[in-house]
Amino acid sequence: MRSRLANIDFIGVFLWVIRAAIIVAVVWGTTATILNNTYTTRQWTDFLVFGVAQGSMYALIAIGYTLVYGVLFMINFAHGEFFMSGIFTATVFLALPMDNAGWLDRNPLLGLLIIAVVSMVISVVIAVVTERIAYRHLRTAPRLVPLITAIGASFFWQNLYRGLLGGEQKPFPQLEVLTGTIPMLGTEIQKVHIVVIIVTIIMLIGLNFFIIRTKTGKAIRSVAEDKEVAALMGIDVDRTITITFITGAAMAGIAGVLYAMVYRQVHFFMGFIPGIKAFTAAVLGGIGSIPGAAIGGLFLGMFESVGPSLFLKGLGIPAFNQLKDVIAFTMLVLVLIFRPQGILGEPLAEKKA
Amino acid sequence: MVKSWDIDLRIPLRFGLIAGLIALMESVIGIVTLSWERSLVANVVTMGQVLLFAPAIVIASMAAKQANQDKKLVSLLYGLVTGFLTAIPLIILIAMATAFDLRQFMPNVSPALIELLTFGRSPVAGSLILLGVTSLMGLLAAAFDFLPKFIQRPLLMGLIVTLTIGIFSEILSNRLRDLVSVDFSRAIFEGKALKTIIAAGLFAFVAVLNFLWNQFQEPIRGAFGSLPPRLTRVLRVLVILVLIALGLLIPTIAGTYLSEVINNVGIFVLMGLGLNIVVGFAGLLDLGYVAFFAIGAYSMAVFTTEGPLGVSNMSFWAAIPFCIVIAAFAGIVLGVPVLRMRGDYLAIVTLGFGEIIRILALSDLLKPYIGGAQGVLKIPKPTIINFFAVIRDFFVNLFRGLPLPKAPFETIDLIKPEQFYYIVLAGCALAWFVSWRLGESRLGRQWMAVREDEDVAEAVGIKLVSTKLLAFAVGAAFSGLSGAFFASKLTSIFPHSFKLDISINVLCLIIIGGIGSLPGVVVGSIILVGMPELLREFKEYRLLMYGILLVVMMLARPEGFIPSAVKRREMLTADEQMQASAETESAAGD
Amino acid sequence: MKRTFAMLSVLMVAAMILSACGQATPEATEPPDVEVTEAPETPEPFECDDDIGCVTYAPDEPIRIASALVITGPDSQLGLDSQYGVEIAIDFRGQVAGHDVELQAEDDGCSAEGGQAAGQKIVSDPTIIGVVGTSCSGAGVPMSRVISEAGYFMVSPSNTSPVLTDPDNAWNPGYLRTAHNDKVQGAAIADYAFNVLGLTTAAAIHDGDPYTEGLTNAFRESFQALGGTIVAYTAVNKGDTDMRPVLTDVAAAGPPGFLYYPVFTAECALLSKQALEVAGLEDTVRSAADGCISDAAALAIGDASAGMYWSGPDIAFAGQLYEDFRAAYLDKYGTETLSVFHAHAFDATNMIFDCIESVGVLEDDGTLHIGRDAMRACLYATTGFDGITGTLTCDAVGDCADPKISISEIQDGDYVKIWP
Repeated sequence: MRSRLANIDFIGVFLWVIRAAIIVAVVWGTTATILNNTYTTRQWTDFLVFGVAQGSMYALIAIGYTLVYGVLFMINFAHGEFFMSGIFTATVFLALPMDNAGWLDRNPLLGLLIIAVVSMVISVVIAVVTERIAYRHLRTAPRLVPLITAIGASFFWQNLYRGLLGGEQKPFPQLEVLTGTIPMLGTEIQKVHIVVIIVTIIMLIGLNFFIIRTKTGKAIRSVAEDKEVAALMGIDVDRTITITFITGAAMAGIAGVLYAMVYRQVHFFMGFIPGIKAFTAAVLGGIGSIPGAAIGGLFLGMFESVGPSLFLKGLGIPAFNQLKDVIAFTMLVLVLIFRPQGILGEPLAEKKA
Repeated sequence: MVKSWDIDLRIPLRFGLIAGLIALMESVIGIVTLSWERSLVANVVTMGQVLLFAPAIVIASMAAKQANQDKKLVSLLYGLVTGFLTAIPLIILIAMATAFDLRQFMPNVSPALIELLTFGRSPVAGSLILLGVTSLMGLLAAAFDFLPKFIQRPLLMGLIVTLTIGIFSEILSNRLRDLVSVDFSRAIFEGKALKTIIAAGLFAFVAVLNFLWNQFQEPIRGAFGSLPPRLTRVLRVLVILVLIALGLLIPTIAGTYLSEVINNVGIFVLMGLGLNIVVGFAGLLDLGYVAFFAIGAYSMAVFTTEGPLGVSNMSFWAAIPFCIVIAAFAGIVLGVPVLRMRGDYLAIVTLGFGEIIRILALSDLLKPYIGGAQGVLKIPKPTIINFFAVIRDFFVNLFRGLPLPKAPFETIDLIKPEQFYYIVLAGCALAWFVSWRLGESRLGRQWMAVREDEDVAEAVGIKLVSTKLLAFAVGAAFSGLSGAFFASKLTSIFPHSFKLDISINVLCLIIIGGIGSLPGVVVGSIILVGMPELLREFKEYRLLMYGILLVVMMLARPEGFIPSAVKRREMLTADEQMQASAETESAAGD
Repeated sequence: MKRTFAMLSVLMVAAMILSACGQATPEATEPPDVEVTEAPETPEPFECDDDIGCVTYAPDEPIRIASALVITGPDSQLGLDSQYGVEIAIDFRGQVAGHDVELQAEDDGCSAEGGQAAGQKIVSDPTIIGVVGTSCSGAGVPMSRVISEAGYFMVSPSNTSPVLTDPDNAWNPGYLRTAHNDKVQGAAIADYAFNVLGLTTAAAIHDGDPYTEGLTNAFRESFQALGGTIVAYTAVNKGDTDMRPVLTDVAAAGPPGFLYYPVFTAECALLSKQALEVAGLEDTVRSAADGCISDAAALAIGDASAGMYWSGPDIAFAGQLYEDFRAAYLDKYGTETLSVFHAHAFDATNMIFDCIESVGVLEDDGTLHIGRDAMRACLYATTGFDGITGTLTCDAVGDCADPKISISEIQDGDYVKIWP
């Protein structure tokens, strides 16, 4: 009797109970929502578009996490600050003066291009400085040590920016070109969302080309595979790691511009929550995998947008939009219970875990 | 580094630019302006002056050390040039602020800042003075190095101690007023700063003390070392007894406000001890540790509150075990799904759990049970039986032939921080004892085996599931206890008190203190929780300092202030290896 | 080991010295911790018969009051604004009962922990007579308890949560405020939406902050009491940026005629802008509250402010005093008023000064004694106090405000009052 009891895998049973409970809740909520027929088709497509747009930003930021994790196996907590620094600087020193002078309205495309380039450059500079000062000497240190310096760097940049440029919300100019909607897919889609999605797709394709085809990209991949062997093959590991940071930060810089275009306000703290979300997305997709980061970001954005209305509304939960992060993180746990390596991740080798 | 006989101006150039950038950064973020009027020693030096000129002094001294030891003139030159260059970025700032309205971009580049950078003169004259002052400081810093070591160290020590006391003048003067007398306090402090004469005396006293200690520490230590072992043991017991007595006396010495600060530190020590088990002993990186703190706090709140949300009117003491058990249970429930995850997957999932708990506490969904955004109010403070009065009554009544005191006995509410301190102290002592015993136990060794290598640990027959879950449960229990104290201390709790910051703070403090080390937790809490609280007026820059501290600390001393015994051994061997390899390299270079 | 040992022995000596000091102190650490002034010549030495105790200021000593306002962090404009109000009140008043006044400015951090720490710091100083604060209700709840138990008093210029003056909830003796109760503002905005705008359906969004949640709730109750329908009552989180899903959800539930979101700058600006972009909310009237009244908010909202309303305390005060006040504010701090509770802080400070003058006992040599219980009694008995914010009369639980709520809109970047 006793031995049979001991044979039951309590943990397994418990996990199955969790999965079953969540699935029942999801199915129940979804069915109730759909049966109640609260939302029109237009609203459903809106939810999807909002989610894809938000997810695109997560994806671009998540790539930075995943690239750095791929080569250094460290959580670069300061990555959200790379995202913030570029666009915050560009907004205060470029976008607002250009807008006040009326120049931005006359040359919106050129203006946005300049803003984007400056945002990328600043993000990259911040990233390189951070890597040089806070991470480079810690390559061989225990894993918690670079995590702590990354947290420290994150606090440092946030508060430096607050002291430097002020703690209040800064408006990002509204551009005529990006205002209004375009009829598409049987609904009206905001122009700015279309821009976000197209830019993201271009950036992802470009990144893919860079990583797969170019020599530097190959160097990054080989350093990710094995630093020592890469060094033996004549690859400058330090330089490659710096390039990895540059690539990630440039993506974050672009994500910052998209963020500013969509939300039209920036703030020194704007990088923290998207940073955490993007990290979640990177893990969700399988950390270390670039397509994983993109898919993870999209998934997360969509779940945050559609999830509360689809799953929770039907359950009759009051103020269910409050719980969207609960959905996001629950989904993360659920995915990781089923697939501990994330959606597209390879099972972790011992040294990477 | 190869030291050249020639003058290499690139050295002071590089150091000078770094110093200049630091000074510039301090200026444009506004901390210099904020602390410019904050005297450390009345009429002599203010905190803003120290902050503005410290980079020139410290970095010029570093630059001067780069010169060859025999070439005193070169090192003086290095110091001078470094000091000179420190002023350059500031002068550019002055020029730009005079020419444009920089304030529209950078709110802290205010006229006040420019005025104090130019010493109230015109931009040109002010810039020249600034240049002269920083150059002189660089020169002096370089010259200071010529003094023999046995004079340098006491002087530095005296300076540091005096300035530190200057920073905490306000609190110290309040304490001296209460402990000794108003006149005494006024004799030492003027406003919120040390009096000049007292500061000079203090400086001299500390310097002489340090000098004597440096001269005679060997004989003193030798004398202690040569004591008979039995006497040493007696002395050690005595010291422990005195420490305990001191621990009990702290509230009387510290007064209300400092006791409050110490209680806050204690609450974080308690959490740190718990997270130390999870991260330090078992190596499970938990970024959502605040979840259990919140669960403990809400359990205490709901069980004891006198408001409408209360489920029972338990006393503080009756609720404590429930809080601990509920938190430990939550530790297991949240631990099960993450059992098979490793490293950073674990980190993000636990972070997610922390956020889930906070959002649920905040949500309208659970508002009818735990108050939602409005929190839980009217949580009573702990009450204890007034043993002193009971025993007194017992004897008095016995003597007079009256009926002896019976339950309910006379009680006192532990309202003031000085009283609440003892509860926090007891909790910390308990957690310390448990951590210490667990660390030495079979379970503790199993945790460490899991930390070093899970697969090997499993291979040698350690049950991963129960080992990990026990770590989660014990860690969560400490955190729950801490949360229960927190709720009772605050008498009202809101979901905003349970943000991710707390998890990060606790993780940082155990690593700053030295991971796996129990005294390290205390030191880390004092630095990361106590200090910021005492320096409330600079709260705006708290997180900036915090960030710099974390980075600098990890670069300079990655093993923490008080490394655990195991870590110390590891680091030592690593150092030796590095030294050995460095030696071989230099040998090869020759 | 030896080193530790040496350190410990030094500690031991230090401990002995310190504990000797500790014993030397008189045990009177209870509230009436009063400096004993020696005045041998005085024929009748003052005897304190106050129930709590007296504070005594020697002839050359300033009266010390404290402020506990949020002066750092994202909400610092709210607290600094009030602190400036206190400072100007001190400047205008000059001397009180023949003494200067010194302000000890503390930070409430806009959080429960911050409020408690500030409170403990204040009550550890027996020379402080009372407090102007806190800024945030969340900080006020624990602080009022600390202040009350120590025998001090506090007058808040900007706490609006109903629980703070509810004796069954978080009210403690010694707590008063010159700010309006949330219930007043909730009723006013509901009245405006229902009766003035003639809208019968409304939705409300809060962000989980105790202030916004309380106000949203008050609005919901008042709007329903007037006969209106709340079609959606939901929430976002602080730090959220994509409000479109929430707004789409609100649109799906109604769409409502009136949308009230009394949240703070960042989320307020996002909601204001994105509500225009969500299908179904084109005809909905948007309204925020005083958490979103600041220059930064007006800039961040930008063009989306057209057609939007703000509810908040009416600061279009009449009278020469307020003119002088604003002139002094601009002169001293180089800025127009930062937020909306400076006048409330000014009035709170003057209420305290009036009571000090009426209950303080001034000896011939200029020594001033103030009874703490007498101070409380005097403050609660305030009637017909003539301040900037109106004529203040305190009730038994310390609600002193002469509450006036106004509705404003943005015209050319400035908030302009349009109702009543």
